[in-house]
Amino acid sequence: MNRSIRTRQRLVGVSLLGLLFYFSPILTLFDKTTEWAGYPISYLYIFGIWLALILLAAWMVEGKKP
Amino acid sequence: MPKKILIVDDEPNIVLSVEYLMKREGYQVATANDGQTALELLSETTPDLLILDVMMPRKNGFEVCSEIRADPTLSGLPILMLSAKGREAEIKKGVSLGADAYITKPFSTHDLVNMVNKLLKSQE
Amino acid sequence: MTTTLIVVLSLGYLGMLFAIAYWADRRADQNRSVISNATIYALSLAVYCTAWTFYGSVGRAAATGVGFLPIYLGPTLIAALWGTLLLKMVRVSKSQRITSIADFIASRYGKSHLLGGIVTIIAVLGIVPYIALQLKAISRSFTILLTYPEVTMPGATDSLPLLQDTTLYVALLLALFTILFGTRHLDASERHEGMVAAIAFESIVKLVAFLAVGLFVTFQLHDGFADLFDKAEAAGILNPLIVDGMDGYENWFSLTLLSALAVMMLPRQFQVAVVENSSEHHLRRAIWLFPLYLFLINIFVIPIALAGQLTFVGDEVDADTFVLTLPMAYHQSTLTLLAFLGGLSAATGMVIVETIALSTMVCNDLVMPGLLRRWKQIPPNADLSQLLLRIRRGAILLILLLGFLYFRLAGEAYALVSIGLISFSAVAQFAPAMIIGLYWRGGTRDGALAGLLTGFSIWIYTLLLPSFAKSGWLPVGLLEDGPFGIELLKPQALFGLTGLNEITHCLFWSMTLNIGAYILFSFWRTPRVNEATQATLFVDALKHQRFLGAGLWRGTAEIDELLHLAERFLGAKRAQAVFQAYATRRKIQNIKQLPADAETVHFAETLLAGAIGSASARVMVSSVTAEESLGMDEVLNILDEASQIRAYSHELEKKSQELEAATRELKEANERLQELDRVKDDFMSSVTHELRTPLASIRAFSEILNDDPEIELNERRRFLGIIVSETKRLSRLVNQVLDLAKIESGRADWNAEDVDLLEVVDQALASTEQLFAERGTQVIRETPSSACMVTGDRDRLMQVLVNLLSNANKFVSEKSGIVCVGLHSYHDRYEVSVADNGTGIAVEELPNIFEKFRQAGSTGNKPIGTGLGLPISKKIIEHLGGRLWAESGSENGAIFTFAIPKKQNDALPPGETHAEKDSDRG
Repeated sequence: MNRSIRTRQRLVGVSLLGLLFYFSPILTLFDKTTEWAGYPISYLYIFGIWLALILLAAWMVEGKKP
Repeated sequence: MPKKILIVDDEPNIVLSVEYLMKREGYQVATANDGQTALELLSETTPDLLILDVMMPRKNGFEVCSEIRADPTLSGLPILMLSAKGREAEIKKGVSLGADAYITKPFSTHDLVNMVNKLLKSQE
Repeated sequence: MTTTLIVVLSLGYLGMLFAIAYWADRRADQNRSVISNATIYALSLAVYCTAWTFYGSVGRAAATGVGFLPIYLGPTLIAALWGTLLLKMVRVSKSQRITSIADFIASRYGKSHLLGGIVTIIAVLGIVPYIALQLKAISRSFTILLTYPEVTMPGATDSLPLLQDTTLYVALLLALFTILFGTRHLDASERHEGMVAAIAFESIVKLVAFLAVGLFVTFQLHDGFADLFDKAEAAGILNPLIVDGMDGYENWFSLTLLSALAVMMLPRQFQVAVVENSSEHHLRRAIWLFPLYLFLINIFVIPIALAGQLTFVGDEVDADTFVLTLPMAYHQSTLTLLAFLGGLSAATGMVIVETIALSTMVCNDLVMPGLLRRWKQIPPNADLSQLLLRIRRGAILLILLLGFLYFRLAGEAYALVSIGLISFSAVAQFAPAMIIGLYWRGGTRDGALAGLLTGFSIWIYTLLLPSFAKSGWLPVGLLEDGPFGIELLKPQALFGLTGLNEITHCLFWSMTLNIGAYILFSFWRTPRVNEATQATLFVDALKHQRFLGAGLWRGTAEIDELLHLAERFLGAKRAQAVFQAYATRRKIQNIKQLPADAETVHFAETLLAGAIGSASARVMVSSVTAEESLGMDEVLNILDEASQIRAYSHELEKKSQELEAATRELKEANERLQELDRVKDDFMSSVTHELRTPLASIRAFSEILNDDPEIELNERRRFLGIIVSETKRLSRLVNQVLDLAKIESGRADWNAEDVDLLEVVDQALASTEQLFAERGTQVIRETPSSACMVTGDRDRLMQVLVNLLSNANKFVSEKSGIVCVGLHSYHDRYEVSVADNGTGIAVEELPNIFEKFRQAGSTGNKPIGTGLGLPISKKIIEHLGGRLWAESGSENGAIFTFAIPKKQNDALPPGETHAEKDSDRG
C-alpha cells in the first residue's frame, strides 16, 4: 500500500473519530452548563475536538513523511 | 520368350512413344486407351508388366491399380505408373494403392526403360 | 455616512477584485498561473462562507447558541474524506472534461441530456433562495450603514415600490459584474483562473474583517472570552446547551449531515473544488486548511452574538446585523467599513461563483440540448462561441433576478440562515445520485431520475411552499391543516412526522424517498452499455492512473471536421491553438497530420465538453465521426473492468448475438475462401497436368530420335510430325491459360463497338472453312438478311463462334457431318446457335461441359483440344452481358447457343453500357 493510499485511509479514520465525538452519547456527557476555567464546557468540547481533528488531519497530510 | 507389357494411356502419342521404346528393348507390347479396356484385356491374358497412366476416361489409373491388387490372380503383376500428376500426394497415393514404381511425365526414356528392366528382373 | 462614500467604496472594492482577476488571467495566459497553489485552492473553497456565515451565523448563535455550528462541522468531517471522495470526483471530471455538477451527474449515467437538464433546473430553483439571501444581506448592510452612527433597522422592503428597492440595484450590479467577470470569453476548459484568484482574495478579506470585529468585541469591549461568558451568564443570555440550542440532537445530526452534503453538492463548491482545480495535489492541503478556515471564522461568532445581545438590550436590532452594528454602536468607522466590505466580499464571492456555475449548467445542460435538436434540422451559423456567451450572460441576469424575486416574495419572513438551509436541502438531493453513483455500479439513469425528482418534489412541498405560505403568498391553512384539510399531508408534518424542525423534517423525507427511489428504480432495468461504461469510468476512477475514456471509442473521423467543429464553439484562434498544443504534446508538428484516432476524438470531445457540456459534446462529435458500436474486445474489456455489472443486460445479449452472427459469417467466408483456394489449386494441378502431357510426348520422341540416328526416314518424319503438333498444342494451351487468366482477373482489353452479328458469322465461317472441308462436313447457315447489331468486342465474338464451330467439327463423323449455324432475333436479344449431328453430350455431362479441362466425348478417341475453349467462350459471352449454354440435339448431336443483348439504340451512346459494366468489375 503506497503512502498516499495509507494517508487516505487514516483520514477516513479522522472522519470516523469526528462522528464518534459529535454524534454519539459522548456528546451528552459534555452537553452541560458546567464551566471550566470560565468557559462553558460544551463550547470547549465542540471547539476543542474540532481543532484537534483539524490538527490531526494536518499532521497526517503535511507531517513528517514516514 | 519375350516378356509382355501392357501399356495403358489415353494419349495416343504417349502410347506410341512408350510402345516404340518397349519394342526396341525387345518386349512384346499390348495397348489400351482407357482403364476399362485395360481390365478387360487383363482378364484374358496376364502380361509381365503394366505401364499405367492415371488420368484416363472410364476408370482412372488409381481405380485400375486397386482392382488389380484386389484380384488374387493378378496380385503379382508389377505396375509402373506413368502420370502427369506429379504432386507428392498423388505419388504417395499411387504407391499406397500398390504401384511398384511411379514415374512422372514428362519422363526420361532411359529412366523408364531402366525401371521396366529392373521391375521385370526382380520378377524372376 | 453618505451614499456616495459607500457606493464608491463598494465599486472600488469590486474594481480591485476585477483587477486581481484580470492580472491572474494574464498570468494564466503566460503560463505563470498564480492560482496553481494548494493554499489558494483551499482559500477558494472558502467561498462556502457567504453572507450567511458573515452575518447570519451571529444571528443564529444569538437565537440558538451552538445552532450555527453544524454548518461547519459537517464540512470538516467530510473534508477528511476528500482524499478519496473529492479526488475521485476531480479525477473523473478532469478525464471527462466535466464542467458542472449537472454535467457530472449526466455523465455518470450515460451522458443523459434529460438528467443534466433536471439537475440544472433543481440547482437553479434550489439556489435562488440562497442568492436572495446574499442580495438581502448586501442591501440591508448598505441601508444600515447609511445612518451611521445611528443604529436603525431598515423597514421591510417588500412594501417599497420595486424601483426604490436597493436590492434590485444590487442584483443588477452584481449581474453586470459577474458577466464582466466570468463570461468575457469562452474558455475551452471552463476554468476561470482570474475568478479563483479574486475569490481567494475575498476569502482573506472576509476572514480578516470578521476576525477584526471579533477581536474588537472580545478584547476591546470585554476582557476576553471568559469575561464575556460571565457577563452573558449574568444577563441570562448564555445558552451553551446543544440539546436546547438545536431543539434536540436529531437536528444537530441532520444539519451536520446536510451541510456535509451541501459542501460537495453546491454548484459553486463543485465549481471551485472540482472544475477549477488545477492539480490533484492541492486537495491534500484543503483537507485541513479549509476546515481550519471554518474554525477561525467561527471562533468569534458566539462572542459577537453575546456582545450584541448585551449591547442592544431591548433594542429592536436584528442579531443578523451585529457584525456591522456593533462597530457602529461604538463609533468605529474604519472597523464598520471593514465589516461592511467583509460582508460584501462574502456575498459577492458567492454570487459570482454560483451564478457562473449555474449559467454554465443552464447553457450546457438546458439550452444546448434544445439547440442541438434544432440544429439537426437547421445548420447553425459559423461562430457559435458568441451565442454561447450570450446564453450564459442571459442566464446570469435571469438567476439574479429570480433571486431578487424570491427575496421580494419570501425573503423577509426568514432569517439569513433559514433561507440558506432551504437551498442546502435542495442541492442535497444530488447526493444519492452523485455519491452512491461514485461507488455503486448498479445505479442507473432511471434510478437517478426517480431519486432526484422524488427528492426535489418533497423539497418543494415541505420547504418551498411553506416559505411562500409564511410570507402570505399562499394560505397559511395549508401549513396548519394540510391541503384540503388532510392532516397527514401537512407540509411540515408529513405523514404525521412531528417533533423535528422543518429542515430536518424535509431532509428526512426527501432523503429517504430519494435514496429509496434511486435504488428501486435502479433495480428496475439493467444498465445499458453506455451507462455501464460510464459507471465503470466513475467507480474505478482511482484504479487507473490513465483514464479509460479514449480506449472505448472506435470509429473514423476526419481531423479537419473535428477542428472545424471545435472552431465553431471556441472560435478559430483558440481552437487552432489548443489543437496545436495537443499536436505538440503528441510530437506532431502540423495539426493536419494528427491521426484522427480514438485519442484525438476523445480529446476533441472533452475539449467541446468544456464549452457545451459532455452530453452535448458527445452528440456533436458523433455528428462528424462515424462511430462504430463497441466490438467484442471492448465489451469484454468493460465486463472485465466491471465484473459486477450484470452481464445479462439486453444490450450485451444483443451484442453477443451479433458477434455470433459475425463469427458465423466469418466462418462461412473462410470456407468460401478455402473452397476458392482448392479450386485454384485444382486448376493449377490441371494446368500442369495438361502441360506435362504434350511435353512428355515431345521429350520421349526427341530422346528416341536423339538416341538412335539410325531410325528409318518414315518413322523419323512421323515422330517429328508428332513433336511439331504437340508443340503447337502446348503453345495453344499456354495462350489459352493466359487468356483465361486475363479475362478472369478483369485485365483483358475489351472493345465496346457496334458489331453486326451477321458479319461475325460470315467471318467465323470463312476462317473455319478449311477445317470443315478437311473433314468433309457440310455447313448450313440460317441467318436473317438485315443487320443484327449488338455492342461488344468483334474479335472476342469471333473467338467464341470459331471455337463453337471447330468443336462441332471435331465431334461430327467424317464425311457425314452436318453443322448448322443459326441466328435468331428475339425481343431484346439475338441468339446464335451451332448445332451438329455428332456424338452429342450425355445428359449427366451437360452441367460440367463448361468446366475447365473437362472435355466431352470421354468415350471414344480423345479429340485434340485444350479443355479451355468452352470456359473461355462462356466468360466472354458473360462479360458481354449474354449467356452461353449447351443442350442435346433433338435426335443426336449437341446444340451450343449464346444469347447477347441487342444494341441499345436510343438513350445510351455506344460504349456507355460497357463502361458501366467494367466499372462494376473494377
